[in-house]
Amino acid sequence: MNKILLIIQREYLSRVKKKSFLLVTFGVPILIMLMYGLVFALILKGDKFEESKKIVVVDDNNYFEGKFKNTANLNFEFSDEGLEDSKKGFLKGDADFLLYLPKFENNKPSGIQMYGEKQPGFVLIDDVEEKLEILIRDKKLIASGIDTTELNNLKTSVSIDTKKITETGEEESSSGATSFIGLLFSILIYMFIFVYGVQVMRGVTEEKTSRIIEVLISSVKPFELMMGKIIGIAMVGLTQFLLWIVVTVALGSVASNFIGGNPAEQFSKSAQTELSQGSEKMKAANSETDPAKMVMDSLSTLNFPLLLSCFLIYFIGGYLLYSALFAAIGSAIDSDSDSQQFMFPVTVPLILSIIVSSNYIIRFPDSPVSFWFSIIPFTSPIAMMTRIPFGVPVWEIILSIILLIFGFIGTVWFAAKIYRTGILMYGKKPTFKELGKWLFYKN
Amino acid sequence: MLEIKNIVKQYSGHRALNDVSMTIPKGKIFGLLGPNGAGKTSLIRIINQITAPDSGEVLFNGEKLSGKHISQIGYLPEERGLYKKMEIGEQMLYLAQLKGMSRSDAENKIRYWFKKMEIQTWWNKKVEELSKGMQQKVQFVSTVLHNPSLLILDEPFSGFDPINAEIIKNEILELNQNGATIIFSTHRMESVEELCDSIALLNKSEKILDGTVKEIKNSYKTNSFKVEYIGDLKNINGDFTFHFKVKSDEEMDGNRTAVFDLHSYQTANELLSALISRVQIVKFEEVIPSINDIFISSVN
Repeated sequence: MNKILLIIQREYLSRVKKKSFLLVTFGVPILIMLMYGLVFALILKGDKFEESKKIVVVDDNNYFEGKFKNTANLNFEFSDEGLEDSKKGFLKGDADFLLYLPKFENNKPSGIQMYGEKQPGFVLIDDVEEKLEILIRDKKLIASGIDTTELNNLKTSVSIDTKKITETGEEESSSGATSFIGLLFSILIYMFIFVYGVQVMRGVTEEKTSRIIEVLISSVKPFELMMGKIIGIAMVGLTQFLLWIVVTVALGSVASNFIGGNPAEQFSKSAQTELSQGSEKMKAANSETDPAKMVMDSLSTLNFPLLLSCFLIYFIGGYLLYSALFAAIGSAIDSDSDSQQFMFPVTVPLILSIIVSSNYIIRFPDSPVSFWFSIIPFTSPIAMMTRIPFGVPVWEIILSIILLIFGFIGTVWFAAKIYRTGILMYGKKPTFKELGKWLFYKN
Repeated sequence: MLEIKNIVKQYSGHRALNDVSMTIPKGKIFGLLGPNGAGKTSLIRIINQITAPDSGEVLFNGEKLSGKHISQIGYLPEERGLYKKMEIGEQMLYLAQLKGMSRSDAENKIRYWFKKMEIQTWWNKKVEELSKGMQQKVQFVSTVLHNPSLLILDEPFSGFDPINAEIIKNEILELNQNGATIIFSTHRMESVEELCDSIALLNKSEKILDGTVKEIKNSYKTNSFKVEYIGDLKNINGDFTFHFKVKSDEEMDGNRTAVFDLHSYQTANELLSALISRVQIVKFEEVIPSINDIFISSVN
C-alpha cells in the first residue's frame, strides 16, 4: 500500500510540476473566457461587424418601391432603369448586389434574381427572402381587404412553462435550458476520460519503451504500478479541474467588475433591446419569455447536490473504468503510433454515448434506449449525467452506480492481466487474439 | 544464498526453462552463462519475482522466495532504462523508496554513492541530458543503493568505456567483499574467469553445466602440455624412444611452441625428461581450457 502511495505521488508530482501543466491550467480558462467574450460580442454587436450592404432593386412590378425598409445592414435603392441598363450601372456603381424582381403573380413569384460580384451570404438571402415574403403576404392581404396592422396585432408568441409534480405536492419548474447542464457535465466527463485516459496510456508506454519497467516491477507488483499511475493521473485531472474552476471564477469576477455588471444580465438586457427592434415576428416577446431569465430561473430549481454528487461519482467511475483499458493498451504497444488499432474499440462506446446523449437522450430522456445507455457501465457515466436533470428514479441511479462499480472492477482486473504480460513484451505488435491469450497466462 | 529447484517455465509455444536447478553460494560471485535465448532472462525474472515459475521453487536463505525479499535484491537488467525527463536525484530517491528505504536513509545513501562515483553535480540533471555511459553509471548506483544482499547484474559492463568498466568492476568486487552475493550474467568470458567463483551454463532452456570455475576447468582438462623450446624436434616422428603424441608444433616469436596430448598413463614429468635430452626448454605449462572454450564446446 505504501508503495502505491509512492507511485501516486510520483505520477502526480511529475505531471503537476511540468510547465505545460501550468500553461494549460491557467491558459485554458483565459482562452475560454476570450472565446466566450468573442461569442458574446458577436451576438450583441454582430451586426456592427458586418458592413452594411447596398442593394439596387429593379422592380418590373412597379409595386415594391419604397416598401423595403432599410436596416442597419441593408440599404435598398430602387432603379428606374431596366435590368440590362441597371446591370451596366451596377458594375460602375458602388452597390453590392442587384436584386431583380420580374413581373410575377402573387401566388407564384418566380424568376427573382440576385446579382453581385461576390456570392451573397445565406443570411443576407434569407433576410431578403423574408422581407419579400412578408411584402407579398401583405400585398395579398390588402388585395383581399384585410389591414396589415390588424394582422400584426393578432400575432402572439407562445412559450410553454414546464412544471414537475412531486409527491410532496411541490411544483418546481425545470426542463428547457436546464437540461443542457446535464449535457455539459456529460461533455466534461467525456473530455476528462479522453484526455487523462490517453495520459495513462502514454505513461505506460513511456515506462515500457524507456525500459525502466523491468526495474520497477522488480520492486513493486505490476498491479500496484498500474493502479498508482491511474490514481495519480486522476488526481492531476481533479487538480486541474479545481484550478480551472478557481481561475474561471476569479477571472469572471474580474471581468464583470471591469464591464460593470453581470454578463448574463447584460446579455439579457441587450438581447431584449435587440429583439424589440428586431424582426416583426419577435415583437411580441416580453420579459416572461426572456431566454436569459429562463435559464436563471430553471437553474435555481435544479437539485444541485444530487447533480454534483452524481457528477463526481460518474466522473471518477467512468475514468477508472476507461483508464484501466487505456493502461492495458499502453502496455501492449511499443510506441504511441501503434495505439490506433487498440484505441478504436475502447473509444467507440465513449464516442457513441456522447453522440447519443447530445442528440437523442436530451430529447427522449425516458426512452428505453436512454435507460439502457444510462445503465450499461461503458456508457452510463456520460448518458446518465445527461438524463439526471430531467428526473431519474433513484433505483435507476443506484443500479447504474452499482453496475459501474462492478464494471470498473471488471476492467481493472482485465487490464491488469494484459498489463503484466504486455509490459514485458517487445517487438511485434500483438494481435487481439494474443491479447486474449495473455488474459490466461499465469503471471 | 539461493537454491533454485526444478524450475519449469512455459510460454505459449515454447518452454523457457526446463527443470532447472542450481545453488548459488552465499558471498560468492556466480556466473550465469548461456547463449542468447537459453533462458537466462527468464530465470533472472523468476528470481526477481517479476514472473512466477509454472513449477519448482526458489529458496532465499532457506525460505521460500516472497515479497519480503524484494528489498534484499538489487537488479540491473540488461535493457537499461530510467525516466528520461526526471531529475536524477529525485529518481534515485523514488527507486530507493520503492525498495523499501526511508526517504532520509535513501538520501544519505545517494549522497554517499554520488560522491564515490564523483557524480555529485548530477543531482538536478535529467537523465536525457547524460551520455549513455553516464546513464549506465546512474543506473548501477540505483541498483546498489539499498545495500542488497543479492545483486543480479545482467551484462553490467556493456556500454561502459574501459575506465568506467574498471570502476564498476572494482565496485562489484568491493560489494562482494562486504558480503553481497552476486549473480552475474554475461557473454564476456574473460570477465567471468576474472570475477566468478562458480558458474552455471544454460543452453536451450536446460542447465548443462555448473560448479566452481576451477572444478569445471579441471574437468575439461585434456592432459595437454605446451612447451616453448629452442632446438629441433623435426625428426621426432622417426624416434621410437619418444612416445608422446605431438598435437602441434610451430614457430612463434623466434622460438618454437609445441603442444603434446598425453595419454592418461603418461605424466608431465615423463614428457619433460624426454624433452630435456632433445631441446632447450624455455617454458612448460599445462593447457587449461578457457571458460570460453568450454562454453563453445558445451553449447555445440
